[in-house]
Amino acid sequence: MTDYETTNDCGGTDSDRVDTDGGVDAEYPGAAPPERFRDDGFVEPRRTFRERLVTGLGNDRKALAGAVVVVGFIATALFAPIIAPYDPNTTFTILQEPATSSTTADGEFFHILGTDSFGHDVLSRIVYGARVSLLVAAATVLFAFTIGTVIGTVAGYYGGWVDSLLMRYIDFQWAFPTLILAAGIIAFAGGLGVWNVIIAIGVAFIDDFARLVRGEVLSIREEEYVMAARAVGMGDTRIMSKEILPNAVAPIIVQVTLMIPLAILAEAGLSFLGLGVTPTTPTWGLMLSEGRQFISQAWWISIFPGFAIMITVLAFNMFGDGLRDVFDVKEGEVSDR
Amino acid sequence: MRRYVAKRVLHAIFVMWLVATVVFFGLRAIPGGPIRAMLGPEATPSAVESLRTQLGLDQPLYVQYAEWFSGMLAGDLGTSITTGQEITTLIAAAFPRTFSIAIVGVIVGLGLAIPAGIVSATRKHEPADYVATVAAFLGLSMPAFFIGILLALVFGVRLGLLPIFGYTPIGEGFVPWLRSIILPGIAVGLPYAAIVMRMMRSSLLETMNEPYMTTARAKGIDSRVQLYKHAMQNALIPVVTVAGIQVALILVGSVTVEIVFGIQGIGRMLVDSIIDRNYPVTQAVILLVAAIMVFANLAVDILYTFIDPRIRYGGEP
Repeated sequence: MTDYETTNDCGGTDSDRVDTDGGVDAEYPGAAPPERFRDDGFVEPRRTFRERLVTGLGNDRKALAGAVVVVGFIATALFAPIIAPYDPNTTFTILQEPATSSTTADGEFFHILGTDSFGHDVLSRIVYGARVSLLVAAATVLFAFTIGTVIGTVAGYYGGWVDSLLMRYIDFQWAFPTLILAAGIIAFAGGLGVWNVIIAIGVAFIDDFARLVRGEVLSIREEEYVMAARAVGMGDTRIMSKEILPNAVAPIIVQVTLMIPLAILAEAGLSFLGLGVTPTTPTWGLMLSEGRQFISQAWWISIFPGFAIMITVLAFNMFGDGLRDVFDVKEGEVSDR
Repeated sequence: MRRYVAKRVLHAIFVMWLVATVVFFGLRAIPGGPIRAMLGPEATPSAVESLRTQLGLDQPLYVQYAEWFSGMLAGDLGTSITTGQEITTLIAAAFPRTFSIAIVGVIVGLGLAIPAGIVSATRKHEPADYVATVAAFLGLSMPAFFIGILLALVFGVRLGLLPIFGYTPIGEGFVPWLRSIILPGIAVGLPYAAIVMRMMRSSLLETMNEPYMTTARAKGIDSRVQLYKHAMQNALIPVVTVAGIQVALILVGSVTVEIVFGIQGIGRMLVDSIIDRNYPVTQAVILLVAAIMVFANLAVDILYTFIDPRIRYGGEP
C-alpha cells in the first residue's frame, strides 16, 4: 500500500501533469485488486476517499497553507470574545492611528489596528466580523447545496418536464450576476438582516449546485451498478441516495469549498452596498463602506478589513484548488465565477 | 450556421421574456404588497390609492401584464416614485458612466490576461509563470471595491495623481474623462483579468498537448507560428466563453466601485432605489442588467461562429 503513496503525485497543481504513477506493482493484500485500466495502458489502483485526500493534500503545500488559514478563520469566528482585545461596540477615542493608545476615564487602551470613526477598536471589529462572514458563508452554501442537490438529482434522474423546468430556472439565473440577483431578492423580500442575506445569496447559488449535480447524475445513472440496483428492484429514492449521490461526492465537495469564498465576497459586497446586515453589526463589508468615507484621513479603517476578506478568500481558494487537484475535477466542471 | 444563430437569438428572447415575467410577479409578491412597502405603515388611504393608480396596480392582473410588456417594448419603463422622472431618462444619464467603467475594465482585463496567460503557459514553472499565477490568485480573492479603495488611497490620496470622486463626461474632453474612470476601470478589470488569465493558461496548456501540436512540432514549424496560428485558434474558444460570461463580474464590480468613487451610475441607481423602496426603478435596473447579460452571452455565441470551425460548417459546439 505504501508503494504508490510515495510515488503518486496527486498533489500536483497542473491539469496537464503527466502521471508517472504506474501503480502496477502495488501490492494488495487479499483477493483480486481493484483496478482501473487507463488509456495509456497503466493501471490505477483504486484508492479510498480518505487515502486520496490525505496523500493528495499532504503533498500540496499551497492547499495545506490554505487549510491552516481556514482553520484559523473558523477558530477566530468561534472564539471571537476570547480573541478580540475589546468588545466591538465599546467606544474609545475616534480615528486613533494603528499601534497607538487611547486614554479614557477607565484608563489607557492600546489599539493595534487603530480605531474607527465611532471610536470602535478596528481589530476587535474585524475579529467579530469573522462571525458574520462564517455564518453567512456556511448557511448560504448549506442552503444552496441542499436545494440544489435535490433539484439537480431529481432533474438528472427523471429527465422529462422536471428537467426542462430546472433548465429554464438555470436560464433565468444565467441572466443575473450573483450580487445583482441577491440585491434584487433583498429589495423584494424587504429589509436588511442576516437571514435575508443568507436567503438572497443562497438562492443565487442554487443553480451552481443544481447544474453540477444534474450533470453528474446524468452520467452516473447509465452506470452498470445503477442498472443492477434497478434490476434487483431498488426504489428510485434509494437508488438516488445510496447509489448515485455517493458517487458524485467529489465534485460536490470541491464545489462547496469553492462556493464558500464566493459567499464571503457576496456578503461583503452586499454589506458594502448597505444592503446586507443591519448597520451596527460588525462585518468586513460594512467596515470597508464606512472606511471609504474616511479614506483621506484614516486609511486603516478600510484597509485592514479589506485584507481580512482577501486573506480568508485566498485561503479558501487555495484549499479548494488543492481539493480539485486531488479529486481530479476539471476546471469548468465546477463553477467558480 | 444560420440555424445555430437563429436558435441562440430565440433563446435570448425567451430568457428576456422569462426575466421580465419573474420581475413583474416579483414586485406583486412583496409581502404586504408593494404600495405598503413603499409608503410605510402610516400612509393615508388616499395616498395609497393614488400610487396604486399611478403604478396601474388597480387593474386586473392580465391588463397590468399586457401594459407592462407593451410599455417595455415601446421603451417606457415607468417613472421614479421619488422624483417623478422618466426612468428611461435616469438610465440614459447613468448608463454612460457604468459603460465607461466597464469598457476600461474589459480592456484592462483582457490586455493583462491574454499576454499573461500566454507567457504563463509557454514558460510553465518558470518565475514568470509563478508571478502570474500568484497574481491571479490574489485578483480572485479581492473584491473590486477593495481594489478600488486601495487604488484611490495610493493614486489619489498618497500620490495625488488622479481624482477619487466623481465622473467627467467624455464630452468635456477625453483625458479628463479617462482620468475620472481609469481607477474604477482598473478596479473592476483586475478580478476579471484573474479569471480570464487562468482560463487562457489552462486552455493553452491543454491545446499544446494535443496530437496535432506534436505534428506541428515534428514538421519543424516555427514556434511562433505554432503558438499563434495552430494553438491559439483552439485555445481561445473557452477563453471567449469565460470572457463573455464574466462580464457579470465587471457589472457587479461596477455596482460596488461606483459607490467607492462616488459615480452616479447604474449601480448607484440600483442601490438607492432599493434603499428608497423605489420599486419601478429597481425593476428597470434589474431588467437592464439582465438584458446586458443576455446580450453578452448572445454575443459570445455568435462570436463562436467566427472562431469555431465546427459551428462555421454547420455543427453544434
